[in-house]
Amino acid sequence: MDIFAPLLQYLISGLTNGAIYALIALGFGIIYNATTIINFAQGEMVMLGAMAAISFYHLHPSLPLAFAAGMGVVTVVGVVFERLALRPVKDPSPITLIIITVGGAVFIKGAAMMLWGKDAYPLPPFTGNVPIYLGTATVLPQNLWVMGLTAALVLALEAFFRLTLAGKAMRACAYNNRAARLMGISAGRMVQLSFGLAAALGAGAGILIAPLTLGVYDMGLMLGLKGFSAAIIGGLGSLLGGVLGGLVLGVAESLATGFISSGYRDAVAFLLLLLVLFLRPQGLMGGGK
Amino acid sequence: MLLDLQGISLSFGGVQALDDVSLSVPSGAIKAVIGPNGAGKTTLFNLVSGFLQPQEGRIFFKGEEIQGQPAHVLAARGIGRTFQLVQLFDHMTVLENVMVGCHRRGRAGLLAGALRLPWTFPEEKDIRRWAWEALEFVGLTNRAHHFAAVLPLGLKRLLEIARALAAQPTILLLDEPASGLDAVETERLRDMILALRDQGITILLVEHDMSLTMDVAEEIAVLNYGRLIADGPPRAIQKHPEVIAAYLGTDWQA
Amino acid sequence: MGDALGEGFIRRLFNRWTLFAAMAALVAVVLENNYYLSLLNFIGIHAILVVGLNLLMGYGGQISLGHAAFFGLGAYTSGILTASYGVNPWLALIAGLIVCGIAAFLIGVPALKLHGYYLAMATLGFGIIVYIVLNEALPWTGGPSGLSGIPSLSLGGLKLDTPWRLYFLIWLTVWAILLISANLVDSRTGRALRALHDSEAAARSLGVDTARLKLQVFIWSALYASLAGSLYAHTLNFVAPASFGFMFSIKLVTMVVLGGMASIWGSLLGAAVLTVLPELLAVFHDYETIVFGAILMVVMIFLPRGLVRGILDLRELRKYKREGVR
Ligand SMILES: Nc1ncnc2c1ncn2[C@@H]1O[C@H](COP(=O)(O)OP(=O)(O)OP(=O)(O)O)[C@@H](O)[C@H]1O
Ligand SMILES: [Mg+2]
Repeated sequence: MDIFAPLLQYLISGLTNGAIYALIALGFGIIYNATTIINFAQGEMVMLGAMAAISFYHLHPSLPLAFAAGMGVVTVVGVVFERLALRPVKDPSPITLIIITVGGAVFIKGAAMMLWGKDAYPLPPFTGNVPIYLGTATVLPQNLWVMGLTAALVLALEAFFRLTLAGKAMRACAYNNRAARLMGISAGRMVQLSFGLAAALGAGAGILIAPLTLGVYDMGLMLGLKGFSAAIIGGLGSLLGGVLGGLVLGVAESLATGFISSGYRDAVAFLLLLLVLFLRPQGLMGGGK
Repeated sequence: MLLDLQGISLSFGGVQALDDVSLSVPSGAIKAVIGPNGAGKTTLFNLVSGFLQPQEGRIFFKGEEIQGQPAHVLAARGIGRTFQLVQLFDHMTVLENVMVGCHRRGRAGLLAGALRLPWTFPEEKDIRRWAWEALEFVGLTNRAHHFAAVLPLGLKRLLEIARALAAQPTILLLDEPASGLDAVETERLRDMILALRDQGITILLVEHDMSLTMDVAEEIAVLNYGRLIADGPPRAIQKHPEVIAAYLGTDWQA
Repeated sequence: MGDALGEGFIRRLFNRWTLFAAMAALVAVVLENNYYLSLLNFIGIHAILVVGLNLLMGYGGQISLGHAAFFGLGAYTSGILTASYGVNPWLALIAGLIVCGIAAFLIGVPALKLHGYYLAMATLGFGIIVYIVLNEALPWTGGPSGLSGIPSLSLGGLKLDTPWRLYFLIWLTVWAILLISANLVDSRTGRALRALHDSEAAARSLGVDTARLKLQVFIWSALYASLAGSLYAHTLNFVAPASFGFMFSIKLVTMVVLGGMASIWGSLLGAAVLTVLPELLAVFHDYETIVFGAILMVVMIFLPRGLVRGILDLRELRKYKREGVR
C-alpha cells in the first residue's frame, strides 16, 4: 500500500503530460506523412498556442473564446510558415529542411520573447482548482480536462481521416505519395492542410497545459522534443502509435521523477528516444516503411 | 552465366513492379532489357545492384547468391551501374567524380588522408591516373576540371559511364544511357558499348532507343507490367507477337 | 596531366598556409591589447568547432544539433580531471577526446542507420541530456554555478596563462586543424564524403560504405569539438553549463551556414563574425535568438549551400556561362 499510493498519483500526472505529448506527436506524424519532413518548429506552435490564448484571455476573459482564438491564430501561423519558409525551397534535401525548420523554431521563439518578454504567465484552469480525491491521490479538474479534450481531439482526428474526403486524400498521400499524385490529389494542398492541422493540435496542447505549467516564451523546445520522442517511440506517422508513445513517455517520466530524481526528469524522454532508436527504430506501432 | 535471376517478385504497395521474373546474362555478352514505361526495368536494376531487395526469388552473381547484400558490397564485387536520372556529384569536378569511382581501388582512410601520410601519395597518384584513363576512354579529358553540374546532359551521361568504369566492374548496368543524347552522341555511345564488351565487360542495358538496342544487343528480354514476356535474340524478339502487342501504338518503329 | 598533384599544387598549398601562419604571427606581435587577444582566442576556439561541424554538415550532409554537448564534454572532462583529480592537462585532453569519441559512436551507430532526421534529433536529445547532467551532477560538475580552479596548460615548463601565450597555442591549433581538414576534404575519404552529400545512391553504387563513412565523420567532428572544449576550459580556467546549452549548438550551426557549407575558410569567417558581433553590439544579445533564426531560414531558402559558398557557386556558374560552356 505504501508504494501504491504515490504510484497512482504519478500515473495521473504522467497520463496528463502524456496526453499533451501525444497531441504534439500527432502533429509531427501528420506533417511527416504528407511531406516526410520533421518539422522542428512544431514545439513552438505549442508555445504560441499557450501564449496566444493567454493574451486573448487577457483581452476578453472567456476561456472557450481564448481557446478557439489561440488555436485559430496558430493554425494560420503554421500554414504561413509552410508557405513562406518551406514552399520556396529549391533543394529539399533533409539537411536544408532541418536547418530551415530549426531556424523557424528559433525565430519564432525569439519573436515570442520580444513580444511577451521572459516572464511566465498564468492561464486560469478551465473549471476551478478544487482537487478531487481518489483514495490518497488527488486529481485536479484540469487533469481531467487535458485527458478528456485530448481524447476528443484524437477521436475528431480519426473521424476526419476516416470520413471526410480531405482526410482520405491525406491518408492516400501517406500510403503512396506517387500514386496519390497520379490520382489527382494536389500534394500542395495536402501539405498546407497538414501544417495547419499539426499547428492546431500543437496549439491545443499548449492551451491545455498552460493552466498547469504557466506559459513562457521558451516552453516550446522541450515540449516539441518530447512530442517528437513520443512520435518516434510510438512509430512516426501512426495515429495510435503517437497516442501510445505520448502516454508511455508521460508515465515513464513521471515515474522516474518520483522514484529517481526530479532533476533528471527531462532526460528520460531522450534516453527512451535513444533506446527506441537502438532497439526498434520503427517504433512500437510502426510496421516499417 | 554471370548473372542469374530466378523467380524475382517485388511490389510497391499495390503496384506489382516485378512478377516472377527469371533472367540470365551470359558472361561477356551485351543483353538488353526493354519494355514500356513502368514495366519494371529500373526496379530490376535496383534489385541487381542491391538498392532494393526482392520479396521473392534469388539472384546469383558469379555463381554466388547475392540478394540481401548492400549496394556498396555488390559494387565492390563487380556490379557497376548508371542511373536513369543522371546522378553525378554536382559540386565536384569531372575528374573528382571519376576519382570517387576509384574508391574501392584505394585504401587510405580518414586519418591517413587528413595527415597526408607519405604512403598515400603514390595511391593518390594512381587514382588520378586511373581516373584520367577512364576520362580518356569517354573523351572528357578537356572538361576534367569543370564542375560536373555545368556539363550538358550528353556529357553527363558519358561522365557517369566513365565513373562506373573506374570502379572496374565485371558487369555494367546502363539505365537508358541514350536518353537525351543527339544522333552523333548516340553513335558514340554505341561504339563505346561495343568497345567495353570487347574489353570483356558484360553489359546489361535498358534502352528505349530501339535502333541502338537492336544494333548492339545479343539478347533482349522484354518486360511488360512486371512480367517477362519474351527473352531471346533480337530477330526473334522483333517477331514475337506478345512484344508487338505490348508495343502497339508506341514508338517501336522509331 | 601531372600538374595537379605536382609542384603547382604544393606551391599553392605552401603559399596559402604560410601566409595564414605569417598573418596570425603578425597579429600577435602587433596586438598588445589583452581584450582583443582574448576575443581572437575565442574566435579560434569557435573556428575549431565550426570547421568540425562543417565537415559533418557541409561535406557529409548530416547535421548535429547537439554539438555544444561534445564541446561541453571535452571541457568538463578536462576540467574535472585536472581541477579535482590533478591529472596532467594534456592527458585530460586526450581523455576528453576518448569520452567524446565513444559518445559519438554510441549515438551515431543507431541514428545514422536511419533517415537523415534521426541524427538531428538524437544529437539534440543528447545535447539536452548532457546539459541536464552538467547541471545536476553536483558532486562532479559543480552544478549550475560551474567548476572553477582549472589549471592552465603548460608547455615545457612555460605556463600558458596569458591571452598572449594562449593565442599562440590556440591559433597554432586552428592552423593545424584547418590544414588537416583541407587535406581530408581533398583525400580519398574526403571525396567519398563530398560524393555522399551530392548523391548517396551514386556513392554506394561505386562501393562507398556510406553508413560507415557518416559515422566516421560524425565521430571526427565530435573530436574537434572535444579538443575545442579542452582548450576552452584551460583558457577560461572555469566552466559552467550555460556555455554548452541548446542555443550554443544553434549558434554553431548558424556559423556554419553563414560561413558556407563545405567551405573550410568560410568556417573561419562564420566563427569570426558571430563571435565578434555580439561583442560589438551589446544590444545584439537581446536579438540574438531571432537574428540566428532569420539567418538560418533566409540563407537556407535562397542559398542552400550557405552564404559564402552560395555566392562562390553563383560566381562559378556565371563564369562557365561566360566561357560559353553549353
Ligand atoms: N519507390 C517506388 N515506390 C512506389 N512505386 C514505385 C517505386 N519505384 C517504382 N515504382 C513503380 O513500379 C513500377 C515499375 O517502375 P520502374 O521504374 O521499374 O519502371 P521502368 O520500366 O524503369 O519505367 P521507365 O521506362 O519509365 O523508366 C512503376 O509502376 C512505378 O510507378
Ligand atoms: Mg526506368
